[in-house]
Amino acid sequence: MNAIWSETMHPGGKWSGIVGRGKLIRLTALEAGANVSMLMYHARDLSERYNMPDTLKAQHTAHLTRGNVLMSDNGRALASILHDDLGWHDPLGGYTTRAGTDSKYGVSCYQESRNGWLRSGQENLAVELVRNGLGERDISPVVNWFSKVVCDEEGNMRFADNHCAAGTTVTLRLEMDVLLIFSNTPHPLDPQGDYPSVPVKIEVLPAVQVDAGDYCVNFRPENRRAFDNTWTYYALQN
Amino acid sequence: MLKAFHRVESTRKPEAAVYDQVIPAGEGWMYALQPGQVLRIVDLEGNQAADTLLYDANNPEDHYSAVRTINSQSNIYLTTGSTLLAESGKELASIVADTCGRHDTLGGSCSSQSNTIRYAHEKGHMHNCRDTFMLELAKHPEGHRYAKRDLSPNINFFMNVPVTPEGGLTFEDGVSGPGCYVELQSSCHAMVLISNCPQLNNPCNAYNPTPVHVLIWNE
Repeated sequence: MNAIWSETMHPGGKWSGIVGRGKLIRLTALEAGANVSMLMYHARDLSERYNMPDTLKAQHTAHLTRGNVLMSDNGRALASILHDDLGWHDPLGGYTTRAGTDSKYGVSCYQESRNGWLRSGQENLAVELVRNGLGERDISPVVNWFSKVVCDEEGNMRFADNHCAAGTTVTLRLEMDVLLIFSNTPHPLDPQGDYPSVPVKIEVLPAVQVDAGDYCVNFRPENRRAFDNTWTYYALQN
Repeated sequence: MLKAFHRVESTRKPEAAVYDQVIPAGEGWMYALQPGQVLRIVDLEGNQAADTLLYDANNPEDHYSAVRTINSQSNIYLTTGSTLLAESGKELASIVADTCGRHDTLGGSCSSQSNTIRYAHEKGHMHNCRDTFMLELAKHPEGHRYAKRDLSPNINFFMNVPVTPEGGLTFEDGVSGPGCYVELQSSCHAMVLISNCPQLNNPCNAYNPTPVHVLIWNE
């Protein structure tokens, strides 16, 4: 399937855009060790957004992979994970901050480093939120694509090294018209001392049909009910 | 089996409290703490879930951040010594005593909409925490400064939602008991929003929602 559109997010880069229901978004890690932080909002009602606790509780999981559905705070399926090379993407670790980026990788600024300065997730997300009529007030837990964080029985969080190989892809199908915000910035718990610099390709692919035997719809009874809520929402509109 | 419970008792006497109120199950509470004030939440009958949000009362757009809080301590559970951070990184409060030993901040609050997904479409009418949060915002004189978009993932005091090493999320019976309490000391002018959870469909409050007791000391 040929992409309708594609773009490479440079290390430290960001992107936001509205993508329609049924279309696919494919992310590809062009080198090993990628991390892309993502926020997602209903394009026509920005107060409805991806909700981490609702998503995880409904699917009894603390990681995301094929079959999982990203659910909104209004009880609907926003997007589903149609394909995943990796088996584990992190919904818990959050985004990097300016203070955290400076203390871990050294202070950097545009004046000295030009476009090689080290961007933070917080600032990238803030810019794209404001661009779309939202603000830092609207930040909530992100999905960190390509990263894995495990928790031991005492609750200690550990970033899994060497999780994402070059060429890894993950594909989302959008179940509603959504505003997507991406920041290609390091995972905040990534212990490596050098700022990870991995380009990531984003592609938008043509819409596909959701049929009754769909893997994500049938992954769990909870997913089916989230889809029901989404389909009802659109039935009332059309 | 759960490990690493960290129980620390308080020396504060109830008779010295400047504020004392019971929040029945299914009801809410919204109150602005002055810097340095200590809020104790008591699980009167045990196994209750007190869904709690905090804000910088001087800047309501800055809400409690579960993710910044757990990242700053590299641990997903809250107990004595945990510093509760806002999305900006500002310190809102810290936990200064805790006789339960572990509290959840990943499970969020129940809502009518999530009940339809998690249990059945027919459960949508049941009372839930997000309705309580919104009713408190509607009633409180300062509530107009907050909106649904400000209802970020909250703390669930007394609730047990373990994450397994395999990346599972499980709901366990409570680790609290009758009279267990947690104390927060505010680090700023902090708005506290509580929904005393009415959930009847999972063991977060032992299928029997019960009252909690809130007390405030000036230090």
